[in-house]
Amino acid sequence: MKKYINNIWLGIYTVLVGMKITIIHLFAKNVTVQYPNKHPLEKASGDKMPMNARNRIFVDMDLCNGCNGCARACPVNCITVQTLKVVPGDAPPLKNGEKRGLWVPSYTLDFAKCCFCGLCIDPCPTEAIKMTTEFEYSAYDRKDLFYKFSTMTDEEIQQKKELLANFQAEKAKKEAEAKKAADAAKAAEAPKPETGELKIDN
Amino acid sequence: MEQQILTLYDWIVKLSSSNLIALIVVITLPLVFLMVYALVAILGELKISAFIQERLGPMRTGPWGIIQPVAEVVKLLQKEDITPDAANKPLFNMAPFLMFTAAYAGFAVIPFSSHFVPAGINLGLFYIFAMGSLAVIGLVMGGWASNNKYSLLGALRSVAQIISYEIPAAIVILTIVVLASSMNLQVINANQGGWFWNWYLFGGPGTAWKLIIIPVTFSMFLLYLVASLAETNRTPFDIPEGESELVAGYHTEYSGMKFAMFFFAEYANMFVVAALISILFFGGWNSPFGDFMNGPIWGVFWFISKSFVFVFVQIWLRWTLPRLRVDQLMGVTWKVMTPIAFICFFAIGLWLMFN
Ligand code: SF4
Ligand code: SF4
Repeated sequence: MKKYINNIWLGIYTVLVGMKITIIHLFAKNVTVQYPNKHPLEKASGDKMPMNARNRIFVDMDLCNGCNGCARACPVNCITVQTLKVVPGDAPPLKNGEKRGLWVPSYTLDFAKCCFCGLCIDPCPTEAIKMTTEFEYSAYDRKDLFYKFSTMTDEEIQQKKELLANFQAEKAKKEAEAKKAADAAKAAEAPKPETGELKIDN
Repeated sequence: MEQQILTLYDWIVKLSSSNLIALIVVITLPLVFLMVYALVAILGELKISAFIQERLGPMRTGPWGIIQPVAEVVKLLQKEDITPDAANKPLFNMAPFLMFTAAYAGFAVIPFSSHFVPAGINLGLFYIFAMGSLAVIGLVMGGWASNNKYSLLGALRSVAQIISYEIPAAIVILTIVVLASSMNLQVINANQGGWFWNWYLFGGPGTAWKLIIIPVTFSMFLLYLVASLAETNRTPFDIPEGESELVAGYHTEYSGMKFAMFFFAEYANMFVVAALISILFFGGWNSPFGDFMNGPIWGVFWFISKSFVFVFVQIWLRWTLPRLRVDQLMGVTWKVMTPIAFICFFAIGLWLMFN
């Protein structure tokens, strides 16, 4: 009996609580922005995007160190990053002062494939890849949605490639020489233990 | 309350010396009111639901979207009128009209003002209750004739629902009849004249002794409010038309004008039960403040604004509460409301005996 009355009381009370909540929302400020008439970035409509807005992505190539983290995070594989090793002392540091280890000759993002999940934003170690507030960028051709972010020109790429090839060739030569020298040294040193052994044997 | 008052009907007869014109005016006035009210209520529902969810609602048709309901009615009129091949055609075509007729017939005895009630019959309360139940026949008819499992399930559920809510509602109405010693809605209204503490919500007119029955009348009001929600098939009791389970329940197969009829019937029913609440518990056309703004013309204003408050409460509840399950509705009505309604009836009877 006590439970029965308590249930009735709870039934009435909780409905009243719910009604209080909805009536508060009835008089709360509306959040709708009348979009084509008003842009969400206008002063009158609050001057900011909604918290979870998904917009065009921008990659700052002065910050990107070519780690490929974004491409690996992307569930639809719409990012491709190609990298080139930097010859020591050749590259300026990244915008945030870190040492640049890789050139990024090609960084492409296909917005026709992108599902705007935002997963590529989180893994970036240098915060090079970001959501902007731009969302009105539909195109007439699918090709126009294929964005190339890399700022390197073809000559630059060619030059860097040659530089790297030269450097690697030189390095290989040096290594080969070093190896030869080491081998020679080894060869020179090698007999000694043998004689030692022989001595022991004797 | 036996003094003769010059009703609208008599007045028009006197002016035009024709019974026919007076009859036509008296019959069409509620219909005109119903049409205007339905448009307002549709817009109100759209806007209130939007504001509760912090949206703006319709904004493009007219300033602030105020002609949206007109656009919707025009859209419904233009739509193709489909009758399914497997449907039982006479029943299928009759159901929406029966339902609308039942809803509109309720308006016949609603006293809009002390000088205007389309038909001032002595059994007004009984009649309005009977008409409210008649609507369910239209609903079952539509559900059965559609020859569609969802419609049939909706119809079945509405039958289960009616036998649950009618009993507490009937007992509450009976209690009011006992309290007012009349079934004539005009008399019930006139009884509650004067200040607002004479309303039946506050025990009706009487001495300070009536303070004892105020909790009883209050719970009667709550009981009738819940039962009326079930009667109009609105959330939390929109079980016969639960969109998420039954597509649209009994009116799944309807389109165009026939669907519009169901739509209008729902809104008309909403007003009838809201009007009944305001007549039974809130003094109908009486001003809450004694003689302040009282009279036949102000009466219309008071009556309609009181009723609109309860239409608003129905819309408000719709956006607050989720839908109940069928067994939950049965549990609430049979295990809680019916016993309490009997207790209220008994208490009022005892009080009248010793008073
Ligand atoms: S938002 Fe998602 S789909 Fe688009 S590029 Fe980033 S990870 Fe890929
Ligand atoms: S995660 Fe950042 S730093 Fe790494 S490749 Fe992508 S944009 Fe460049």
